[in-house]
Amino acid sequence: MSSTAHTIDQPKRSIWDGGQSPLKASYGKLMMWFFLLSDAFTFSALLVTYGMIRFAHPAYTGSVESFTFSQDYWPIPEKVFEAVPFLHGVELPLVFVGIMTFILILSSVTMVLAVEAGHRMDRKGVEKWMLWTIIGGLTFLGCQAWEWSHFITGTGGGGASLSWNEYGPPDFAALFFFITGFHGTHVLSGVVLNFIIYYNTITGVYDKRGHYEMVEKVGLYWHFVDLVWVFVFTFFYLV
Amino acid sequence: MHSEETNQVQVQPVDKEKVKKIWKVAGILALVTAIEFVFAFTMAAGVPRTSIFIALTIVKAFYIVGEFMHLKHEVKVLIWSILIPMIFVVWMLIAFIYEGGSLYDARF
Repeated sequence: MSSTAHTIDQPKRSIWDGGQSPLKASYGKLMMWFFLLSDAFTFSALLVTYGMIRFAHPAYTGSVESFTFSQDYWPIPEKVFEAVPFLHGVELPLVFVGIMTFILILSSVTMVLAVEAGHRMDRKGVEKWMLWTIIGGLTFLGCQAWEWSHFITGTGGGGASLSWNEYGPPDFAALFFFITGFHGTHVLSGVVLNFIIYYNTITGVYDKRGHYEMVEKVGLYWHFVDLVWVFVFTFFYLV
Repeated sequence: MHSEETNQVQVQPVDKEKVKKIWKVAGILALVTAIEFVFAFTMAAGVPRTSIFIALTIVKAFYIVGEFMHLKHEVKVLIWSILIPMIFVVWMLIAFIYEGGSLYDARF
C-alpha cells in the first residue's frame, strides 16, 4: 500500500479467487474425502435396506433362552453368532465379533500413530505403525473368513447360502453375505493400499518427497473402513 | 534397500501429549463398545434399546471421524461439505423403515 495520494484500489480477494486451496487441504486429500462420502452413501443404502427388509419380517417375541431357529421370524443375532474358533461347542454369544471389532479399532489407532509419525518425518515410526496396521487388517480378514465359513457350514441345520439358511428367513443370510462381503472387500483393498504405501515408505519415497501426506490419505480410507464396521456391528450383531 | 544412505531428513521428536490423546480416544471407543455390550445382554430388545445403540454408535462415529480422520480440525467449509449431504441418509432411513412397516402390514 503506497503512502502517496495514489488511490487505485485493489479488488477484494476472496479465498475462492484462485491460486490457493480454499479448504486448506490438497487436491488428493479432498478427493479422498469426497470418494469416502460416496462410499458412505453406498454402505448407508445397504444398511438401510437391511433395516427395511428386517422391519418387513416378524420379530421373535419370546424369551432369549427359549429361542429356536425358524423361517417364520428374524433370528436373534446373539443366538446366531455365538461360536469362537478353537472353542467348539462352547456358547459365547457375540464374543468373537467383539474381538474382531477390537482388532479393527486397534488397527485404526495404529494408523493414526503412523500418520502422527509421518508429520514428524519419522520414517522408522511410520514403518512400524503401518506394519501393525497391515497385520491388524489381515487378522480381521482371517477372522471374517472363519466367521463366513462357520456361518455357511452351520450348526447341524444345513448351513447357509444366498437362497436359504438354517437361522431364519432367506434374506437374513443374503444380507449377511452382501453387507459383510462388501465391507470385507473394502478391508482387503485397504490392506493392499496400506501395503503399497508401506513399501513406498521403506524405500524412502516419502522422505524424498518431503512429506508423508500419502499416509494420511490412505489413513482416511482405513478409518472409513473401521467406521463402516462400527455401524455394521451395531445393526447386524447388536440390534 | 539399505538404511545406510545419508538421510538428510530431520526427524522431530515425539510429542507425548499427542500420542496420549490418541490412546485416550482409543480408550473412549473401547469403553463405549463395552457399554454397548452391557446393554445388549441386560436390556430387552425393542425400540428403546435400539435407540441407545444408535446413539452410542453415533458417539463412536463422532470420535472416529472427528479425531482419527481429523475432520474436527479442518476448515469449516470442508466439515459441512461432508456432513450436509448425509441428510440424504437420514431421509433414506426414515422413508425406507416406513416402507418396511408397510410391507409387513401388507404381508401379515
